[in-house]
Amino acid sequence: MALSYDDVIAKYEPVLGLEVHVELNTESKMFCSCSTTFGGEPNTQTCPVCLALPGALPVVNAKAIESSILIGLALNCQIAPYSRFSRKNYFYPDMPKNFQISQYDEPICFDGYVDVEIETEEGPKQFRIEIERVHMEEDTGKSLHVGGATGRIHGAEYSLLDYNRAGIPLVEIVTKIVPGTGKYAPEVAKAYVAELRDILRGLKVSDVKMEQGSLRCDANVSLRLIGSDVLGTRSETKNVNSLRSVERAIRGEMIRHAELLNDGKKVKQETRHFQEDTGLTRSGRSKEQAEDYRYFPEPDLVPVAPAARWIEELRAQLPERPSLRRKRLKEQWAVPDKEMAAMINADVLDIVEETVLLGADPTKARTWWLGEISRVANEKELAIVDLSITPKDVAEIVALVAAGELTDKLARQVVEGVIAGEGTPAEVVSKRGIKVVNDDGALMAAIEKVCAEQAETADKVRNGHVPAAGALIGAVMKETKGQADAARVRELLLGHLGQASN
Amino acid sequence: MIKTTAAQMSSALANGEVTSVELTKAHLDRIAEVDNKVKAFLHVDNENALAQAAAVDADRAAGKVLGPLAGVPLALKDVLAQEGVPTTAGSKILQGWKPPYDSTVVAKLKAAGVVILGKTNMDEFAMGSSTENSGYGPTFNPWDLTRTPGGSSGGSAAAVSAFQAPIAIGSDTGGSIRQPAALTGIVGVRPTYGAVSRYGLIAYSSSLDQAGPFGRTVLDTAMLHEIIAGHDPKDATSINAPVPAVVAAAKSGDVKGLKIGVIKQLQGDGYQAGVLARFNESLEILASLGAQIVEVDCPSFEYALAAYYLIAPSECSSNLARFDAMRYGLRTGETSGASAESVMNSTREAGFGREVKRRIILGTYALSSGYYDAYYGSAQKIRTLIIEDYKKAFTQADVLVSPTSPITAFKIGEKSEDPIAMYLADVATIPVNLAGICGMSLPAGLADEDNLPVGFQIMAPAMEDQRLYQVGAALEASLVTKWGGHLISKVPALGGAK
Repeated sequence: MALSYDDVIAKYEPVLGLEVHVELNTESKMFCSCSTTFGGEPNTQTCPVCLALPGALPVVNAKAIESSILIGLALNCQIAPYSRFSRKNYFYPDMPKNFQISQYDEPICFDGYVDVEIETEEGPKQFRIEIERVHMEEDTGKSLHVGGATGRIHGAEYSLLDYNRAGIPLVEIVTKIVPGTGKYAPEVAKAYVAELRDILRGLKVSDVKMEQGSLRCDANVSLRLIGSDVLGTRSETKNVNSLRSVERAIRGEMIRHAELLNDGKKVKQETRHFQEDTGLTRSGRSKEQAEDYRYFPEPDLVPVAPAARWIEELRAQLPERPSLRRKRLKEQWAVPDKEMAAMINADVLDIVEETVLLGADPTKARTWWLGEISRVANEKELAIVDLSITPKDVAEIVALVAAGELTDKLARQVVEGVIAGEGTPAEVVSKRGIKVVNDDGALMAAIEKVCAEQAETADKVRNGHVPAAGALIGAVMKETKGQADAARVRELLLGHLGQASN
Repeated sequence: MIKTTAAQMSSALANGEVTSVELTKAHLDRIAEVDNKVKAFLHVDNENALAQAAAVDADRAAGKVLGPLAGVPLALKDVLAQEGVPTTAGSKILQGWKPPYDSTVVAKLKAAGVVILGKTNMDEFAMGSSTENSGYGPTFNPWDLTRTPGGSSGGSAAAVSAFQAPIAIGSDTGGSIRQPAALTGIVGVRPTYGAVSRYGLIAYSSSLDQAGPFGRTVLDTAMLHEIIAGHDPKDATSINAPVPAVVAAAKSGDVKGLKIGVIKQLQGDGYQAGVLARFNESLEILASLGAQIVEVDCPSFEYALAAYYLIAPSECSSNLARFDAMRYGLRTGETSGASAESVMNSTREAGFGREVKRRIILGTYALSSGYYDAYYGSAQKIRTLIIEDYKKAFTQADVLVSPTSPITAFKIGEKSEDPIAMYLADVATIPVNLAGICGMSLPAGLADEDNLPVGFQIMAPAMEDQRLYQVGAALEASLVTKWGGHLISKVPALGGAK
C-alpha cells in the first residue's frame, strides 16, 4: 500500500549508516607513480603495477597516508599508531590483481564524530554523527559495456576496460549506526555529506565532486518500530551522486521499507541502485550471496606506523572547521540567515570570501556572485568556478563602482566582458569604451533635451510631483547610453526643474 | 674456460686473455651441445647475450671501469621479468608473454655487465622440489640424467652444474635455491628476506619469496650476491641497509672461535645415511678448523612444513588471481557470447598445472571465512614460534647448520604422484623462509650409497649473510683440499664436454 512520508515516521524510526568514498587528489596513484588526472585517454595512465603485470609490487603513496590522517583528525578520530593493508579477494575484469588492497580490521583512523546542524520548523537542530572508521583503499578500473541497453552488462556485445582509474587512492569514511534522527533522517544525511564535503574541501585532499565520482555515498537505511531497540534489516543504496539524491534516496527507501513492513513482508538485505530520474532504487546484487573476500594481511606492504610527532604536526595544520567558519563569516559580514543559506547552496562561500579578502565590500561581493554571475553560469550551464571571472576581477569591479567610475549597470557590462574572455575589468572598460559620463555640461544638455521632448512630464515635476522624474531620468540615461551616473542625473534634473533633490 | 670459476673468468677478461664474446659463445655452444639432455633452459637468448657481451668488450676496450662480473655469462630463472624476453615462470598460462619492464634483479645484472644467456626451467610458479612441475617438461640432473636436479630452481642449478653457465639466479620460497644446489653439487644462497628486491620476481608466496645466487664456488656465489642485493624503493619489503660484505667474507673464510649450532630437529629419522655421514664429516672439519660445535633445540620446527603449506598456498591463491586472461598471457574459451567468467575459467583450467591448482585450492580454503583462524591464523602463530626458536638458537651459536636435503637426487617420476613425499624434500630448508633469515647450501661430498652430491646447509640471522660465506668458504677450502679439486669436477661428462 502506498504510504506518505508522514505515515512512515508516525510508526517507524529510521536508522542510518553512511559510507562515503572519497577519491584523494594526490598527483600519483595509491601504489604506483601513475598520474591520477581525470578524463585521460583510456589506459594511458597505467604501468606494470596498476595493470598487475606479473612481478610488479605496490608501494604506498606517502601523500595518501598524510591525507588520510588529516581526514581522521578533522573528523575527531583516533589515529592508529600501527595499521595494515589487507587483500580483499574477488574476481572482476576491471580489477587488475583480482584483489583490492584495502584496510580491513586495522583502519588508519577510528572513533570520531561530525556535528551537523539542520534547519527545522522548531529552529536549528544539531545532530552528532559518530564515525566508526576511516580507511584507505584503491579504486578499480572502469568497464564499458557496449551494445546492450543503457550500458549495462546484460545483453552487451562486448566490454571495454579502462585501467586509468585502477589504483586511484580512495578513503572510505564509515559512520556508526545513526539512530535518533526521526523524521529528519534525510536532511541529516544530506547535511552530513555536505559537511564532510566542506571539511574535505577545506583540507584540500580531494576535489569532492559528486558528479565526477570523487565523492560517492552509499546510504544504509533500516526501519524499526518506534520504541523498539531491535535493528531492522537494512538496504544499501549506491549510485547516489548528489546531495539532493542523498536526501531523496533515503526518503524513498524509508517509504519502500515501511510499505513492505506494513504488508507483513520482509526487507531484503541487498544493494540497491538509486535512479536519478525516478528518485527510486532498483535491486542490485543480493547480499545473501555475498562473496567470501578471504581477507588477509597484504604481504607486499609493511605496516603503516605514523610517528606521533608527525600526527601532531598535521593536527596543527588543520584548517578552521567549516561550521565555525560559516558562523564567523556570517557575523563578520552581517549576512541574513536566508542569504547565508543561499550562498552555501550556491557553493560561493569560498569565492565570496576571497573577493572580500581582496578588499571588496562583503554585501557587494555576495550580490555579484549570487546575482549576475550565478545567472550567467546558469545560462551557460556551467559551475560558477568554471567561469573565467575571478575573485580578483570582481573585487576590481566593486572598487571601480565605489570610485564612481562605473555605474552598476555599466559594471554588469564589464562582468559580461570578463566572462566572455575579453580580459581583466580594466581591459574590458578600455576595449569597450565604457565610461561614466561625469561631465555635468553634457548631462545638462541631455536633461534639457529630454525635458523639451517630454514637456508635460517635466511640468508635473515642476509642480512638485517628484515621482514622475523617474521617466525623465530613464530617458536621460538612454540618451547617454547608460554611461551616466543615475544619482547625479537625478540631482541635476531635480535642480533643473526647481525641486530639491534628497 | 667454461669449466673454470666465475672469479677466474673475471680475471681472464680483465687481463685480456679472453673476450666476453668468446666466453659467451663458448657457453652458448655448450648449451647447444648438452641442453637437449639437461633441458635446463626454456629460452636461450643468443642474440641479446652476444650483443650484451660485445657491449661489455667495447666498454672494456674503451677503458671504462667495469664491475667484477662484467662480461661473465649467467643463467636466469624464468621467474624474473626481463624486458622483451619471454618470461613464463614455467607456466603455460604465461606462454609468449614478453614483459615490458625489467625486474630490479635483471636491471642490476645488466648494469653490472653480466651477460644473460637465457631463461631457465623451473617448477611452475616455483611450486615444487624437482622441476617436474614445469609446464614445459622436466629438467634432468647432470649427475644422473634419470634423476631430478631438485627444484624449483632446477634449471638454474642444472645449468651451472652442466657448465652451461658459471653462475645463475634462482629464487627460494621454501628451499628452491638450496635444495637444487645440494642435489647438483653446487653452491646456492637464499639471502635474507628483503635483501634482494622482489620487484619483477613473479610472486608465488610474497612473504617467503627471495631471489638469490648460484655458483660453483662460495666466492663466485658471493660475487653475484653482492651485485643483486641492495635496497629498492620499488619493493616496500626491501631492507634499507648496506649490503653485508659477502665477498670479503668469502675471501677470509675463518671459523676460529665461531660457535656452530647443530639443529637437533634437522637430522636423524628420514635422513639418508650417506647424507648424515657427509654432514658429520663436515662438522668434524669445522671443529678441526677451530669452530665450537654445539647442539641447539628448535622444537617448533616440527610444525614448519605444515605452516609453510598453509601460508604459501594462501598467498599464492591471491597472487595467482591476476592470471585471468584479461590483460596478458594465455586466453582460451573465447567464443562468441562467452562471458568474462567463462573465459577466465577456461584459461585457468588450461593454463595452470596440477600442483598449482592444488595449491590455489588449498590456499583458497585456508583463507575462507570460518577456516581462517584454524589454518592461516594458526600457521602464522607457528611462524612466530619458529622465529622465536631461531632467536634463542642464535644466542647460543653464530650460525646454525643441518643437511640441506634429507636425501640425494631422486628419480624423475619417483615422487611426482605423492605430494607429501615431495613436500618432505624441503623439511630442512623451510624454517629459514618462515623466519625470513638467510641460508646457504654447499657441496659436502658424495653419498656413499649412490655417489650423488650431498648439501651442507648454513643458516645465519637476518642481514648477517656474510657469516654464511665466512663459514662456507672455510669448509669449502678444506674439502677442496681433501678432494683435490671442487666436487663439480667429478660431474659426468654428458658427452661433448671440452
